Amino acid sequence: MCTYLTQTVDVEGSGKGPVGWFRLARASVYVDHPQHAPAEHTLNIDFLNPREGPSARVAVELTASSARALASAIESALGSAPPGLI
Amino acid sequence: MYDAMMAETISITGHGGDRIEAYLARPLDPGPHGGVVVIHHMPGYDAETKEITRTFAVHGYNAVCPNLYSREAPGASPDDAAAAARARGGVPDDRLVGDAAGAAEYLRAMPGSNGKAGVIGYCSGGRQSFLAACSLPLDAAVDCYGAFVVGTPPEGMPLKVGPIVHLAPDLSCPLLGLFGADDQYPTPDQVAELDKALTEAGKAHEFHSYEGAGHAFFAVNRPAYRPEAAMDGWARIWDFFGRYLAS
Repeated sequence: MCTYLTQTVDVEGSGKGPVGWFRLARASVYVDHPQHAPAEHTLNIDFLNPREGPSARVAVELTASSARALASAIESALGSAPPGLI
Repeated sequence: MYDAMMAETISITGHGGDRIEAYLARPLDPGPHGGVVVIHHMPGYDAETKEITRTFAVHGYNAVCPNLYSREAPGASPDDAAAAARARGGVPDDRLVGDAAGAAEYLRAMPGSNGKAGVIGYCSGGRQSFLAACSLPLDAAVDCYGAFVVGTPPEGMPLKVGPIVHLAPDLSCPLLGLFGADDQYPTPDQVAELDKALTEAGKAHEFHSYEGAGHAFFAVNRPAYRPEAAMDGWARIWDFFGRYLAS
């Protein structure tokens, strides 16, 4: 399935791409064919800075179970941080 | 048999007079040769699509694959370019038609051209192949599992495309359709609806749907690859283009 179903979220932070670190501005989250992962469909995330061009991109392609585990781990890590730390 | 061919990156004039990147593959014998516009899938102007383009040259056709993401991402890697194009909602239909027109014009002007030009597209390119064949004077068209020729993209999809089955009466050439029976984009019902519309419009077409195959069954680098369907599909393509483009 080739979808354009995409969740877009503005993000602040940095990512490391092919030419080194760059500021992140946006993340695209979508389910579609992966470019590389050995699965028919994956949960894909592109961390982007469109102002720096298409190559300012950090990409991941995760199986659905991996993506859910990651989402849970993110929530868990944030939830366990000392209050006021971040 | 002399079977040399060559392939290289070129630039062609696309929609609006823009110079866009394209990949050309051509036999080195003097011809005459038919021409094939290869429309890449949504993941982009990638190594596998370039291999497909070279395959047409091996079989005696001049072939040009325009990089539909040239404008969004000049010089970027194919996956980065596809991500940028996706984030912008895909390729506008009018721009696609202009780029396909430029590629067909380039092919017809090549030394040794027999004056004929066809189009083939995969995935989103399947829909775009049908769109090009309904919008331009072409000699043959192949739609490989193109979604949204029939049917509206799901609500919330930012993709700026709509159904184009109503264009069937404008189809300028015979159409070969190759589909997976397990595909959901397009579904077998949508394929049947397109088949019916073409029949009602009196347009020459041949559709083949493969059991046990879903979307992207030609994609040799993906788990969706189905060798039997792909091999039969290639045989259908050679037969079809042989009849309408080669002579």
